[in-house]
Amino acid sequence: MKKPVIHFENFTFKYDSQKEPTIHDINLTIYEGEKVLIVGPSGSGKSTLGHCLNGLIPFSFKGDIKGSLTVKRQETKDLNIFSLSKMVGTVLQDPDGQFIGLTVGEDIAFALENDATTKEVMHEKVIDISKLVKMEEYLDASVHALSGGQRQRVALGGVLVEQVDILLFDEPLANLDPATGRHAISLIDELQQALNCTVVIIEHRLEDVLDQDVDRIIVMDKGRIVSDTTPNELLASDILEKSFIREPLYITALKYANCELTPTKELEHIEKLKVDTYKAPLQHWYEYATFEKHIQDRSPVLEVKDVTFSYGDKVPTLKNISFTIQKGEMISIVGKNGAGKSTLSKLICGFERDHRGNVVFEGKDITNDTIRERAEKIGMVMQNPNHMISKHMIFDEVALGLVMRGYPEKEIKKRVEKTLQICGLYPYRNWPISALSFGQRKRVTIASILVLNPEVIILDEPTAGQDFYHYTQIMEFLVELNKQGITIIMVTHDMHLMLEYTPRSIVLADGELLADDASVNVLSDEELVEAANLKQTSLFELARRADIDEPTEFVARFISFDKEVRKIGNRNVSVH
Amino acid sequence: MATEMLAYIDRKSFIHELSGATKLIIFIMWSSIAMLTYDTRILLFLFIFSIVIFKISKIKIREIGFVLLFILAFLLLNNIAIYIFSPQEGVKIYGTSHVLFEIAGRYNLTLEQFFYQTNITLKYFAVIPAALLFVVTTHPSEFAASLNKIGVNYKIAYSVSLALRYIPDIQRDFRTIAQAQQARGIDLSSKEKLFKRVKNATSIVLPLILSSLDRIDTISNAMELRAFGKKKKRTWYSERGFKQKDYVTIVIGAIILVVSLIITFYDGSRFYNPFM
Repeated sequence: MKKPVIHFENFTFKYDSQKEPTIHDINLTIYEGEKVLIVGPSGSGKSTLGHCLNGLIPFSFKGDIKGSLTVKRQETKDLNIFSLSKMVGTVLQDPDGQFIGLTVGEDIAFALENDATTKEVMHEKVIDISKLVKMEEYLDASVHALSGGQRQRVALGGVLVEQVDILLFDEPLANLDPATGRHAISLIDELQQALNCTVVIIEHRLEDVLDQDVDRIIVMDKGRIVSDTTPNELLASDILEKSFIREPLYITALKYANCELTPTKELEHIEKLKVDTYKAPLQHWYEYATFEKHIQDRSPVLEVKDVTFSYGDKVPTLKNISFTIQKGEMISIVGKNGAGKSTLSKLICGFERDHRGNVVFEGKDITNDTIRERAEKIGMVMQNPNHMISKHMIFDEVALGLVMRGYPEKEIKKRVEKTLQICGLYPYRNWPISALSFGQRKRVTIASILVLNPEVIILDEPTAGQDFYHYTQIMEFLVELNKQGITIIMVTHDMHLMLEYTPRSIVLADGELLADDASVNVLSDEELVEAANLKQTSLFELARRADIDEPTEFVARFISFDKEVRKIGNRNVSVH
Repeated sequence: MATEMLAYIDRKSFIHELSGATKLIIFIMWSSIAMLTYDTRILLFLFIFSIVIFKISKIKIREIGFVLLFILAFLLLNNIAIYIFSPQEGVKIYGTSHVLFEIAGRYNLTLEQFFYQTNITLKYFAVIPAALLFVVTTHPSEFAASLNKIGVNYKIAYSVSLALRYIPDIQRDFRTIAQAQQARGIDLSSKEKLFKRVKNATSIVLPLILSSLDRIDTISNAMELRAFGKKKKRTWYSERGFKQKDYVTIVIGAIILVVSLIITFYDGSRFYNPFM
């Protein structure tokens, strides 16, 4: 008989700062040794559920609890955060923020230090754990000098050192490049098998987590559990669609091809999928779906010519980068964490200077223009909206750039109002920014750039941390802007975004330009995918397994078909 | 990236090899002497000795140049303020008055005032190298451990070291925010008038506070989840045990402290008076 380790019974929680409970009436049992994935859109209460498990609720975030939650048969409200942390180890998203120690060894040892372990025992244990997460050679390395994957390992080590029975991962894939994310998921799997512990993963990137087997998926929406079943059952249903969670792309493709999805077809993994009966409908759909290529005459708007740049006297961050962007394009810059993507966008905007080579805008060399001069041509939207917002009211924030440039008040009002309308923020113009959600703040920052009428907008990770609903909202909004003639450049880790929205991609790795090609081609080139830490889409695999001659063409047709379908679906969606 | 102020500078030197606690104790003794005494001979000795220690540490002046300039600017301000508010302080202390040249009434510059302010400046000069050395030669991981070792509550010790550690991160945030704001037309360069520049700089402060609060939130949750504050005591992974050279250093420091205090208070006054 399976032993329950986590048991929610009629559990409701309301934050003190909120009027309504964030999670309602949760009934959920997780058994020893299980691997459970919790998915749900932003605001569905999935993170709150995680906080209840690790004790941040009610010990750090205060509120009212109704019902009961037991971990290993002990009622959590009667414990404290420390005894709970002995049972539930939490790996937070963004390892950067959670490193407390400066070196690998020190960070792994943190929990032991707090337990007043003697130095000798501590050093011994740290060595054991570092071997488990394969970091024993880096004990003295600074955590900031590690790669994304290594950081994940250290973060895990720091949690495992307490010998916990339950591992909780709160959005482990956020901010990781696709290949590193994939490693993280397989690392979790490996450790679970080695240690025989219970694993709970909270994540909205469903397809990436399903890379390794999962026992059960819990779907949350609006604070309630709407589904609790096996991956195969879930993928055969329409629950994901209804809860605005992106299903794996191959599942969407099967649905478009009118394939009948049943749990017995091993839907959870593309490699295992029983594809035989699906071949005919897929091929049929492929014949029928058309793909129009619009090739327009365009003129170059931005040229980067042989740019080399380094911070200080270190190794160059960018080496001999050259490319041209055409007016009205929508293009992605992709590549590993630390490949130089952000640096490149900073150079284009003039944030960093003293590089070799030139930046040319509409045929005019702007290499020596100041940040301010360039900002009128090329706008930059940072990843973190909190880095940009400096006013209390939305109107003032958007108006700032114009006010600083000394435009007359009347014109400022006119331009700001027009921009707010385009961005769907007009009804909120007199609101304080603190009342907005993360996605809305992002819009405010886009609006504050847009008001200066730039020809080109560069966005750093425009959809990071957004669920599928908000992702679609932001991207459709950018498409609208693009249609009005604004060239859009996006720095991203999101392969879906790159495939779906940007016909062309620029691929960077270790400061060099690896490719400048159609996104579909980039993602079908296995060597390139490997070298730049990207990830192939499951659609290729599906097309290959369904014996379609031109997998690349299949992907292209899928994307254009999918866009049409979603556009119709999204017409009724208002600003949220 | 901009040079990081007050960050640990890794070198191989005698000073670096001392345990953090030793350096902290020496620093405290050093600054107590400098604070208590106005004896020019002792201050001069401390100053010269600090320069020697500085040499031994293999840290270059250039590496701490910015902070040094910052402190010197304050020192200048301090000296000017003293002169404005108390131009005859030296005369009061030393009991004689030798006018060097006349300015106006009580603002006439006296030799005594000059000597007094030289002593103040020397006090700074004696402490600055020691303070800076302590900060840049103590590995940040050891910082909290050494504070804790001399009796500071470990929670406070940890907060201090976290604060220091986040200086580079906050500098980086500051830079990012400044760039974003400049793109929107906020001029922070010397082209703008000083008053306007100060006003413009405030537009960086709000985002900086917001992003720092985010940071604090994340780190405090992470610490709590890993049982920080569970017990009354905690141990330190990177604490270094005392070695022979630590003991020797502390003994030498203590001797200097005692001898200096004896010399200072021998004649019942903290001031060395060359005018009598």
